[in-house]
Amino acid sequence: MDLSLSTRTEGDRTVVVVGGEIDVYTAPKLREQLIDLVSSGQYHLVVDMEGVEFLDSTGLGVLVGGLKRVRAHQGSLRLVCTQERILKIFRITGLTKVFPIHATVEEAVAATE
Amino acid sequence: MATVELLLPPLPVHVRTARLVGVAAARRAGLDDQYVTDLRLALGEACSRAVALHAKHAPGVPVKVVVRDGPAGLLVEVSDVGPAAAPVSRNVGDLLEEDESDPRVALAVLAGLVDELKITSSNGGTTVSFRWPLPLLVV
Repeated sequence: MDLSLSTRTEGDRTVVVVGGEIDVYTAPKLREQLIDLVSSGQYHLVVDMEGVEFLDSTGLGVLVGGLKRVRAHQGSLRLVCTQERILKIFRITGLTKVFPIHATVEEAVAATE
Repeated sequence: MATVELLLPPLPVHVRTARLVGVAAARRAGLDDQYVTDLRLALGEACSRAVALHAKHAPGVPVKVVVRDGPAGLLVEVSDVGPAAAPVSRNVGDLLEEDESDPRVALAVLAGLVDELKITSSNGGTTVSFRWPLPLLVV
C-alpha cells in the first residue's frame, strides 16, 4: 500500500493525516509535505499516524527532521498513535522521549507545551 | 527446508518487493505471526541500508537477499558490496538530529528487533543476518 497524506487545520494546529506505508520509497513525500507546511508558516503540527501500516527508520528520520524544522520556529510536532507495532519502533530507538505521543487527535490538539 | 534467494535492484521501491517476498517465505515456513511483523521491519531495514549503500557505491549491482528455513530456524541474510558497516554506539535521537538519513539508524532498529543480529564485513562488502525460531513440526 502506498502512502496517503492529507492536511486540515484545527485552531492553530495543522493536522497531517498519514496512511499506508512510510518507508525508504515513500518517506520523501512525507518529508516534502512537512517542509511545505513549515515553509508556509505552519509551525504547530499534529501527525496522525493511526492509519499507518508500516514505518521504518527512514520514516523516523523524516519525523525527526520535521521536529527540527518546527522547533527552529518555536513550533511543535506531536504524534497520534496507539498501534503497538508502530509504537514499538519509537520505543526501540528511544524516540518516545523525543516526541510527545498522544492517543487521539483531540488530545494532541488540546495539548500545550 | 527451503531457500528463497532474491537479487534486488538497488532501488528504494524494491525494498517493498523484498519485504513482500520475505513475509511470504516466512509464513510458508510457519514463522509465528508475532515474529512475521518483526521480520517485515527487520528485512526492510537491512534492505534499505544495503540499497542506500549500493546507490552510492555500486549503482546497478543487485543486493542479495536469502531467506532460508531449516533446523536452526528461519535465517535471513542481506548482502551488500558497500563499505564496512559502522557499529552503532550512539543514541538514535542524536544521530537523527544531526543527519535525518543516517544509515546507522537502520542497524540500530535491527539490533533492537532481533536477538541474533550478525554483521559480517569483509573487503567485498557486508552481510547482515538474523534468525527466528520456527515451531517444531510434529509429523
